[in-house]
Amino acid sequence: MEQKNAMTLEFLSLPENEGFARVAVSAFAVQLNPTLETLTDIKTAVSEAVTNAIVHGYREETGIVKVEASYDHSGKLTVTVSDTGCGIPDIARAMTPFFTTQPEKERSGMGFAVMQTFMDDVQVTSQPGCGTNVTLVKTIAAE
Amino acid sequence: MRFEKHRDTLTVHLEGELDHCCAQSIRREMDRLLEEPQIRRLVIDMGDMSFMDSSGIGVILGRYRLLASRGGSVAVRNMNRQVARIFQLSGMGQIIEVMQG
Repeated sequence: MEQKNAMTLEFLSLPENEGFARVAVSAFAVQLNPTLETLTDIKTAVSEAVTNAIVHGYREETGIVKVEASYDHSGKLTVTVSDTGCGIPDIARAMTPFFTTQPEKERSGMGFAVMQTFMDDVQVTSQPGCGTNVTLVKTIAAE
Repeated sequence: MRFEKHRDTLTVHLEGELDHCCAQSIRREMDRLLEEPQIRRLVIDMGDMSFMDSSGIGVILGRYRLLASRGGSVAVRNMNRQVARIFQLSGMGQIIEVMQG
């Protein structure tokens, strides 16, 4: 369906931008008049995707994280978080609950599981050496 | 971070947000308080927390490992619904007590 509204954010892959990114997307999603609970779901999923880009995509390096959000006339919100970092060699493995590349940093390995629980759909495309795109979809029904 | 100690129990009150960005300082502060060897039980009060993502799971599990290694335990209380869902999803309820009220 045709886009009704859209926005794009780009920021450096610094941990202090995680809060900024999830709050910005949730402020955009407010236009769809979601419940507070739905808004928290979106905020949490975006936080997971952005953290993945910073922690796993760029690791010790700093790059650009891009967040694109849009919604259509049916209230379907689509959020894509992309990085041009190291990519994910095995997406199925990365999405397995408790799988983490950084257990020593106490990463729980629950990022994708949280995204899948809190959103209607999660799609991941990645190319090792080129980067990763995570697309989160949630339909916000009119109240 | 507000905290109280009573005999072998340390209660910490988390405030604000717990994400990957804040996790390290929260972890460091808790570990400093847990250095006292007589502490065998950690109670994490989440009543004043406004947001947590899966980074919080890592922090809680890490403290659980520390306490378990000295025969202790970890409990959480005052979780909101969103945090309770993340908690449930990660199966933490099997090793970490959820206190009511």
